[in-house]
Amino acid sequence: MTILQQPPSVSTEDGTLELEDIQHFLMSRPPARAARYEFLTFRNAACGRAWLTGLIDKVGTARAVGSSLVDSRWVTIGFTWNGLQAIGVDEVSLATFPEDFRQGMAARADILGTTGANHPDRWVGRLASPDLHAIAILFARDVAERDRCQKEHERYLEQCEGVEFLSSLDLEALPPFDYAHEHFGYRDRLSQPIIEGADVEPTPGSGPPIKPGEFFLGYPDEDGPAAGMPQPGILSRNGSYAAYLRMEEHVCAFRNFLAEHGETPEQQELIAAKLMGRWRSGAPLVLAPDKDDPGLGADPQRTNNFNYGETDPHGYGCPLGAHIRRMNPRDTAVNMNRRKMIRRGGTYGPPLPEGASEDGIERGIAAFVGCASLVRQFEFAMNVWANDPNFHDLGNERDPIFGTQDGTFDMTIPKRPIRKKIRSLPAFTTIRGGAYFFLPGIRSLRYLASLSDGQ
Amino acid sequence: MATPGPARPNESDWTKPAAKAIPKGGYFEDKVERGRYGPIFPQTPACYGFSVIAKLKPGGEAHLYNHAKVIEKGIADNPTLLASLKAHYLRWVIFTIKGDSYMMYQGIFDTDFDKYCEDASFIFGQSGIKSAFEALEGWPEDYATNPASIVKFFREHQWPSFLEYSEHPYVSCAEIKGALKLKAAFADMLDLMQ
Repeated sequence: MTILQQPPSVSTEDGTLELEDIQHFLMSRPPARAARYEFLTFRNAACGRAWLTGLIDKVGTARAVGSSLVDSRWVTIGFTWNGLQAIGVDEVSLATFPEDFRQGMAARADILGTTGANHPDRWVGRLASPDLHAIAILFARDVAERDRCQKEHERYLEQCEGVEFLSSLDLEALPPFDYAHEHFGYRDRLSQPIIEGADVEPTPGSGPPIKPGEFFLGYPDEDGPAAGMPQPGILSRNGSYAAYLRMEEHVCAFRNFLAEHGETPEQQELIAAKLMGRWRSGAPLVLAPDKDDPGLGADPQRTNNFNYGETDPHGYGCPLGAHIRRMNPRDTAVNMNRRKMIRRGGTYGPPLPEGASEDGIERGIAAFVGCASLVRQFEFAMNVWANDPNFHDLGNERDPIFGTQDGTFDMTIPKRPIRKKIRSLPAFTTIRGGAYFFLPGIRSLRYLASLSDGQ
Repeated sequence: MATPGPARPNESDWTKPAAKAIPKGGYFEDKVERGRYGPIFPQTPACYGFSVIAKLKPGGEAHLYNHAKVIEKGIADNPTLLASLKAHYLRWVIFTIKGDSYMMYQGIFDTDFDKYCEDASFIFGQSGIKSAFEALEGWPEDYATNPASIVKFFREHQWPSFLEYSEHPYVSCAEIKGALKLKAAFADMLDLMQ
């Protein structure tokens, strides 16, 4: 049977989410403190399908993960476009995927701004290689469970001749564990889009619920019914794209910068806050412009409930070019409902103790951005929000934390009577790898596992 | 380290009029910046922009003359309707060659079209501008659900300049509006000092 004989995709007109068919990854955030990403290549299609067949039942669905409290590990599977080809998806079907995904992240580096030190030629883990076919993402309740699952997968792979490791990355939450934060010390996971139909109570300031088609293929999106989905429908339905980024954080460079630009600990905290748009406690500058307010940062009912256009139009609190103001301009950009993304991931590498000098160990954030259109959502955020020097008419700035910095860009901190301008911002982060994955729905995984060569 | 893309002109002198000659094809070969939907036409002293030329469908001319009033009213009713385009000027021109009618749509922008092309496509639907384009031959039928198809049409029908000039090089709309606001504020201040 050719794919053209498959029944056409039937879009759920009312947009009801098929939670039992959607991988949990973008829908639920389980209580994991450890994770492991394994990057794989298939020597041939049959071995890839055999590997997949044995794993499908281990993949957590949005329904199961959302309702279970007893799980201690959560598995997600994704494929690159090369991976879909390698597992046996035929050329006709492959051609129906959008150009961004077909080309892959490395081929679109200049669009994303991953140039210079961030260039794919310098990426680690063979992530820029066309041999990268699949990712197995494991989140685990703790390191012991992660290590147990890793050994289990290792044993399984021994049976799957022709499926090989390209690389892997272990992730662990940073202590203290009572709140999520990254290596620079900023509280993380403070805002995320609300998906219409998902059983999540939105916190104030989250914005209106977003149609599921902005994140999951086959559903109505903010523009109307699903259109232009990859074919056959069973392959694309309930799937999402996930852009993976491994971003090294240069903790010493960051701390040295704070010391250079602030004489007292209070001044240093303020500089850190101006770069991010939030104090490291999570308190937003718009609501706490002069002094940190850790209680505000930790309160989900308040910490996300603000806008820019009315409250801080000139950026006296949160600079126009601060990280969170670029990555989510809230009321100061149009069509925000078409630019939302779901972030997942964690930190890797050991924490660098305060006062310690550079230890040569790579540490950072390795995260996924989930969306239904890489070019409209993820690539727009990278190309325009993170890296357009003239965003908000700033002239010569990029995202101070996340943008591609090479010492030639500035950071403007509005201040009465005269603004402060920091020249030649150093790079606090470097992209060490990345890839575009497709996270299929459960039926789609079974469809892929059931393909035969030449189909 | 060199930064990719065109040289950043933010330090340029707006008091000094400037012209830029552009190679055939519209790009400077040694510094073509790649956008999400294709190569980006370079910024000149007269900012970013395009001149899109397409043949009218039969009856298109009468349609466009009528439709101009719709767009006029749309903007009168909501003056910020097109704000996200970051446009200085938009010009719609009809001309004929050997009896066939063509439309030229010329825009001068502060940002390259590629960056905000989806926003532009959403605006087209809201403002009635789309109806003007529907009078053009080759306009994509699926434009409403496929922003990339609009970008493709614009790219295929774009005729790049070979020379651009500005009396006030690289000045943005925000800077112009800022200067006029400042002028008004000074006028108010002088009034208050009488």
